[in-house]
Amino acid sequence: MAHYEAPIRSPLILGEKTYHDITRDIAKPVESKPSKQWWIVLTIALVAFLWGVGCIVYTIGTGIGTWGLNKTIGWAWDITNFVWWVGIGHAGTLISAVLLLFRQRWRMAINRSAEAMTIFSVIQAALFPLIHMGRPWLGYWVLPIPNQFGSLWVNFNSPLLWDVFAISTYLSVSLVFWWTGLLPDFAMIRDRAIKPFSKKIYSIVSFGWSGRAKDWQRFEEVSLVLAGLATPLVLSVHTIVSFDFATSVIPGWHTTIFPPYFVAGAIFSGFAMVQTLLIIMRKVSRLEDYITVQHIELMNIIIMITGSIVGVAYITELFIAWYSGVEYEQYAFLNRMTGPYWWAYLAMMTCNVFSPQFMWFKKLRTSIIFSFIISIVVNIGMWFERFVIIVTSLHRDYLPSSWTMFSPTFVDIGIFIGTIGFFFLLFLLYANKFPVIAQAEVKTILKTSGEAFKRKRDINGS
Amino acid sequence: MPTEKIYWKNIKQLDQESTKLHSLQQREFPEKLPADFYESPTQKSSEEDSNTSRRDFLKYVGFGTAAATLAACDGPVIKSVPYVVKPEQIVPGNANFYATTYYDGYDFSNILIKTREGRPIKIESNSDAPKFYQTNARVHASILSLYDTRRFQLPQENKQDTTWEDFYGKVKERLQAISQAEKRVALITNTILSPTTKAIIEQLIETFPSIEHHQYDAISSDAVLDAFEARYGIRAIPDYDFSQAENIVSFDADFLGDWQAGGYDSGYAKSRIPKGQDKSYRMSHHLQLESNMTLTGANADHRIVLTPAKIKQVLAHVYRVVCENSSLTSISDEQLRQLVDRITSQFNENPSGSVVVTGIDHIDAQKMVLSINEKLQSRCFNPQTPLFLRAGKTDTIDRVLEGILSGEISGVLFHGINPVYSHPRGDELAEAIKSLELSVAFGTAPDETTNVSEFVAATSHCLEAWSDFNPTTGYYCVAQPVIKTLFHTKDYQQILLDLIDADIEHLDYLRRFWEGNILESSSWNQVVHDGYYTKEENFQVTENIGYEIDVKALTEAQDYPLSLILYTKTSLGDGSQANNPWLQEMPDPITRASWDNYLTISTTDAKRFDLENKTNSFGALDGSYAKIRVGYTELEVPVLIQPGQANGTVGLALGYGRKEGVQEEMQVGVNAYRLLLDNQLIQSVEINPLDKKMHEFACIQLQNTVMGRGEIIKETTLEHFNTKEKDYYNPVVHVSKNHIETPVSSQEVDIWTSFDHSVGHFFNLSVDLNACTGCGACVIACQAENNVPVVGKREVRRSRDMHWLRIDRYYSSEVTFDKDQRRAEDTSWFSKAYGTFRELEVAAENPQVVFQPVMCQHCNHAPCETVCPVAATSHGRQGQNQMAYNRCIGTRYCANNCPYKVRRFNWFRYNKNSEFDYNMNNSLGRMVLNPDVVVRSRGVMEKCSFCIQRTQKTIMDAKLEGRTIQDGEFHTACSKACTSGALVFGDANDKDSEVAKLKEQKRKYYLLESVGTKPNVMYQVKVRNTTVS
Repeated sequence: MAHYEAPIRSPLILGEKTYHDITRDIAKPVESKPSKQWWIVLTIALVAFLWGVGCIVYTIGTGIGTWGLNKTIGWAWDITNFVWWVGIGHAGTLISAVLLLFRQRWRMAINRSAEAMTIFSVIQAALFPLIHMGRPWLGYWVLPIPNQFGSLWVNFNSPLLWDVFAISTYLSVSLVFWWTGLLPDFAMIRDRAIKPFSKKIYSIVSFGWSGRAKDWQRFEEVSLVLAGLATPLVLSVHTIVSFDFATSVIPGWHTTIFPPYFVAGAIFSGFAMVQTLLIIMRKVSRLEDYITVQHIELMNIIIMITGSIVGVAYITELFIAWYSGVEYEQYAFLNRMTGPYWWAYLAMMTCNVFSPQFMWFKKLRTSIIFSFIISIVVNIGMWFERFVIIVTSLHRDYLPSSWTMFSPTFVDIGIFIGTIGFFFLLFLLYANKFPVIAQAEVKTILKTSGEAFKRKRDINGS
Repeated sequence: MPTEKIYWKNIKQLDQESTKLHSLQQREFPEKLPADFYESPTQKSSEEDSNTSRRDFLKYVGFGTAAATLAACDGPVIKSVPYVVKPEQIVPGNANFYATTYYDGYDFSNILIKTREGRPIKIESNSDAPKFYQTNARVHASILSLYDTRRFQLPQENKQDTTWEDFYGKVKERLQAISQAEKRVALITNTILSPTTKAIIEQLIETFPSIEHHQYDAISSDAVLDAFEARYGIRAIPDYDFSQAENIVSFDADFLGDWQAGGYDSGYAKSRIPKGQDKSYRMSHHLQLESNMTLTGANADHRIVLTPAKIKQVLAHVYRVVCENSSLTSISDEQLRQLVDRITSQFNENPSGSVVVTGIDHIDAQKMVLSINEKLQSRCFNPQTPLFLRAGKTDTIDRVLEGILSGEISGVLFHGINPVYSHPRGDELAEAIKSLELSVAFGTAPDETTNVSEFVAATSHCLEAWSDFNPTTGYYCVAQPVIKTLFHTKDYQQILLDLIDADIEHLDYLRRFWEGNILESSSWNQVVHDGYYTKEENFQVTENIGYEIDVKALTEAQDYPLSLILYTKTSLGDGSQANNPWLQEMPDPITRASWDNYLTISTTDAKRFDLENKTNSFGALDGSYAKIRVGYTELEVPVLIQPGQANGTVGLALGYGRKEGVQEEMQVGVNAYRLLLDNQLIQSVEINPLDKKMHEFACIQLQNTVMGRGEIIKETTLEHFNTKEKDYYNPVVHVSKNHIETPVSSQEVDIWTSFDHSVGHFFNLSVDLNACTGCGACVIACQAENNVPVVGKREVRRSRDMHWLRIDRYYSSEVTFDKDQRRAEDTSWFSKAYGTFRELEVAAENPQVVFQPVMCQHCNHAPCETVCPVAATSHGRQGQNQMAYNRCIGTRYCANNCPYKVRRFNWFRYNKNSEFDYNMNNSLGRMVLNPDVVVRSRGVMEKCSFCIQRTQKTIMDAKLEGRTIQDGEFHTACSKACTSGALVFGDANDKDSEVAKLKEQKRKYYLLESVGTKPNVMYQVKVRNTTVS
C-alpha cells in the first residue's frame, strides 16, 4: 500500500516518467553546457557583486560615514537588508524541516532549491552585522572566546549577541541539512560523470556515498534528526532577530507582538522568494513536470495566509498603540502612517497585505505570470516593512529636538545591490552545478504521485 | 665508496700538497682580470692585493641597502625633549592654573588658564573674581585661536616676513618723515582698557607728535556712551545688577547677548531662580519688547513683538508717564496705551525692584532709560560704577578716511580692529590705505586690514602677553602670559615701547606703572596670582544741567517699510574669531544653525516675499536666497524663517563673511558690516527673492516644537507653583500594576535590580531650566575639555554633529507650552492623525521658548548598557554610565536605544584626516587637546562621561592630601563653565551638598521618567512669572 495515494490528489510529477527519466531530467542542467542566457545573467550578477564589494571596501576603508546614517538614525539600510535577507532565508528550513515532519510530499520538488536559497540569503544577511560595525576588524569580539584582554566577556543581555548565536546556528544546521540531502544526488551525478575532473569533484562532495542500504538508512535517520533540530530554528531565528527591536525602548520597536509577526513575515517573504526563483528555474531548466502549477498554487496559498497574518499584526500594532495610551507609542504609529515616510508605509501595506489577497482566486493563484509578479511585489513589500520598522521608528522618537530624516547614499544602495548580485551569483552557480531537485526523494513518490502511475492505478484499480 | 663524485679539472689536482693550486682554487677568477684601464696609474692595485673581494663588496652593498631600507621604514619618531632644568612647578600629569584676563576689544572676562606641561589647554572662569567672572562661549573657544596655524610668526612688510630690526627701522623712519612733513598719523585702536597702555600711547604721541589716537568699536555703543556722558559727565556704560531685579523691562536690549559689552546673564539668572519659603516663592518678572528673536526675548516671561519704531514709542510714553507725570489718556493708540499702562503699573507696585534697559541705538532713548531708572531709584542701577568696556566713537573711521582722502593723514596704525572688514566703507578704506606713506596693522593673525597694510606688527595672542585693564571704577585686572610666545611675536605695548626707544621691557614698565599708580594695599605678585585687584575708587556723579531729552524724536518715530536689524550671534560675536572652528560649529542658541549667518524673517513676511524653508530628504534644512539692498549695497543672503520675528523686520548677524586669513571651510556667510551704515543697527532694506538654488543650512535641530510632550519640558507659572501641590505642576507618570495606579518612580514597577550607590561618591547633575539662558558656554567648555572633534558644515548638515552636550531649544506651537500639551492630550485619535500633530509641528508666530541642555543622562537603568554585545558601555560605581572606547566595535545599537539621543558616533576619523582639516589635523591645533581624555578613533561611539577625568583627579588630590572632599570641588566642564547656576554637579551621597538638596526640591523631575531609565541627571521645572497661563 506504500504506493497508494487518494485519486483526488492531483499528481506531483507530470508526464510519463520513469526513474531514469527523472535522473536524466535533473542531471541535464548539470551535464549540459550553460546557455547564453545563463552567462548573461551571471555577468550581470557578477558586476553587481563586484560593485557591492567595491562599496564594502570603500566603507571599511573610510568609515560608516559613507552611508546615509546620522546621530538619530544609527541603523537604516544595513539592518533593513539584514532582516530582509534573514527573512528570505526562512522558507528553506520551513519547507525542508517542518513540511518533512508534516509529510508534505509536494515539498520534495522544491526543498533543494529552497534550502539553497536559504543558505545563500543567510550568507547575505550575515554580511550586514559584520560590515555595519564601526570597526569590523574587531567583529570577532562578539564571540565568547577565551581571550587575553583580562576576564573580558561578551554581554549576554544583548540581543545582538543572541543574533550571533541564532544566525550561526541556523546557517550551520541549514548547511548540514542541505548537504545531507545532496549526498545521494551528488553521487548520482558522480556515477554519470564522464570527465575525470568532474567525477573527482562530485565524488569528493558526495562524501563517498555508496547507495548501500545502510547509507540510505542512516540518511533517513539523519534527515529526521536534523529536521527535528531545525524545526525550532524556524521559530527561533526570526524571533531572536525581532528581539533586536522588541527588547529596546524605542516606540515602534518596543512591541511584544514582534516574534510571531516577524516569523510570519519571514515565511511570507521566504516563500515569495522561492516562488520567484522556481518559476524561472522550472522554465529555464525544463522542470515543469516536477515543479508543477500545483506546487505554485500551494506556495501561493501559504503566501496568502502568512500575508494575512502579517496584515493582522500590522493592525494589532496600531490598535495596541492606541490602547496603550502612551503618547510616544501613539505618535510613532501615527507618524508611520501619516508622517514623512507615509509612502513607505503605504508600499508596505499594499504589497504585503493587499496584494496577496488576490490569491483567493483560483484563476489568479494558478497563473504563473501573476504568481511571479506577486512574489516580487511581496519581497518589495517586506523590504519596506523592515525599513518602516527601523527608520520611521528611529527618525522621530522621544525628544523632538533629535528628529531627522534618512536618505541612502550610493554606498548604501551599492551594498544592497551587491548582495543581490552575490545571491544570484551563488544561485546561478548552484543551478548549473548542483542537482536542483532532490531526485532521490522525488523518485520515492514517483509511483504514488506520478501522473502516469496514478492514471495506471485509476485504470487498473491498484 | 666515494660519497661524492669528483670532477677532475687537471692533473695537478692529484697533488694535494700544492699550495699554489690551493690558493688558486680559493680565488674566484684564476686569471687576472683586465681591470687596468679604469685604475689610476699611480695606485695600481689588483684583485689579489685588495682586502675586499667582489663577493665581499656585494655582501656589503647588500647589507648596506638592507640596513638603509630598514632604517628608512622606522616607526614614527616621537619628539620628546626632556627638561634640562626641570621647572619646579611643572609636574607631568598635573595641571597648573593661572589667573589672567581675556580682552579682545569685544569680550572681557577674568579667567583661569589650565596648562598641562606648560601648554595652555583650557579656559575656565575665575570664580574667585568678584566681577567679570562670567566667561562666554567665545572666551572659552579663544584658547583654540592661540593655536591657529594662520597666525603671524614674524612682522611682515608687504606680506613678506621680515625681522623686527628691519620693521622697527623702517617704521620709525617713516614716522619721523611724516612728522617732519607735518602730516598726521592716525593710531586707531579698539577700546583701550589698560591704564598702562594709555600711558605708553601718551609717550608715543610725545615722541611722535604727529600721531593722534582714536578708539573704534566695530559695533558702536555711542548712543549709551553719549547719554551717560551727558548725564554723569563720564563716557562710560551704566552697569546693571540684574540679580537684584524683581521687574525687568527691556526695550529691545539683548542683555543676555552682547548688549553693552555683555556679561549680564549670571546676574539675571540669579533673579530667575524662585527663592523663598514654601508657597511664597519669588522671582523676577521679565518683559521684553523686541523685533528680532533674541536670547533675551527667548528667556522673558512675556515677549512682546513690536517693530523698532513701536518700541521707541512705548519707551517714550513710559518715560513721559514715569518722569513727566503725563497721563495715560494722552496716548491715542489703544494697544499702546494698554502696554504703557501695564508697564507703569508694574513700576508703581515695586519701583526700586524695577529696572529698565534698552538697546535702542538712540541717545534720547538711552537718556530716558537713565532717567527712568533714576526716578524709580532702581537698586539694579548704579551709575557710581560704570563700565569702560566701550569707548569708541561711531565716526572714527569716517573721519580718518576723510583725513586720508584730503591728504592730511599720511599714516595709519591699526590695533585690535579690522575696519576694512567691519566698516561699511571698508573697501574705500582699503584703497585709501594702499596710497598711504605708512600703514601698520598690529595683529595676531591675518585679516582684511593686515592684508592691505604695508607693515604687519605680529602681536602676541592675549594668552602670551602681559597687559592690564581697568574695566570699571576701582577694579583692575592683569593678564599674564601662560606660555612663551609660540612665534616671534611681541606684546603690542612692547612694540610701541620699542618704537620710542624706551629701552624697557613691557613687563617692567607695567610693573613699575602699577607700583607707582595703581597698587595701594596689595603686592604685584599677589595681583598677578589673583588676576584682579580692587580698591576704593568712586567718581563723583556730576549732574549735568544741560541735560535734555527730545521725547518727540521717539514718540514720532516711524518705521521703515522694511527694517533690517543687525545683531551679533552668540557664537561668533563681532567676527574676530571667524577662523575658530569650535565657534563656527557652535549652533546658534535660537535658530540652532551653525556655520552661517542668514536673514531671519517672519512667516508672514516670508510668504509675502515668496521665500521658503524646506527640509530635504536626509533631514537637512534648505532656504531660499534673497537679494537685499541697503543704501547702495546689495547682498545675496539665505533666508531662515524665524518664529517670533516682528512682521516688517528682518534680522541679519554681523561677524560673518570673513575671507582674509580664514580657512576656506570657515569662509561662510555674508559680511553684514557692509550694511551697518552710520553704525546704526537698524537699516531700511529692500528684499527680492532670488531664483537660485536653495541655500544649504547646517541646522542641528529640525523639529522646533515639543509636540505637546509635557514630560520633556515641565513648566508652570509662579502662581501655580505657589498655590498648587507638586502633583499639579510636576506630576509623575503613573502606570497600572495589578489595577493599582503606581508612580513610575516606584520600585514596584521597576523590573531591574538597582545598583548600590550608597558607598563612595554618587555623581548627580542638576539642570535648572529657570537659570539656563541658553548661552552655550557649556557647549564649548565641553568641547575643549573632552577633545570633541569639529566635523564641518557638510557633516553637521547630515545631522552628525559630535557635541556631547547640546542645548535643545523648543518653541511652543500654541501661544504657550501648556496649551500645546493640552491640545495633544485632548484631541481625538483621528484628528491627531489628520491635523493636530502636523499643526503642532509648526511653531507659533510669537512662541514661548525654552532651552534644555541635554547631555548623557547617566541612567541607572541605561538602555544602552543592556544592548551592547561586547559590554563596551557599562555602569560605573559612582553613578556614571561609562563608555570604553577601546572595547567598542561600533554597532550603534546603544545610540539607537538611547531615548535621549546623546550618543555620538565617529563616522569618520576626525583627527589627522585632511577631509576634516580643523584643529585636530595639524600639530599646532592638536596642542589644545586634553591629555587626560583619549582622542576617539573612527568607528567608536562616544558621549558625555560626566568628566570622569576631572572627578577622579579631585578624588585623588583629596586622597593625597588626606582630607574629605568639600561640596563644590567636584565639577564637570559644563558645570564649571555655567556661571548662571543652571548646571550644578556634585556628590549626591554628601547629604549637605547642593546637588543633594536640589534632588529633594519640588521642582526636580527626570527627563522621560516614564521610560524608567532612572537618570542621574535631573531637571528643575521651569517656572514662568506670568499671570496669564
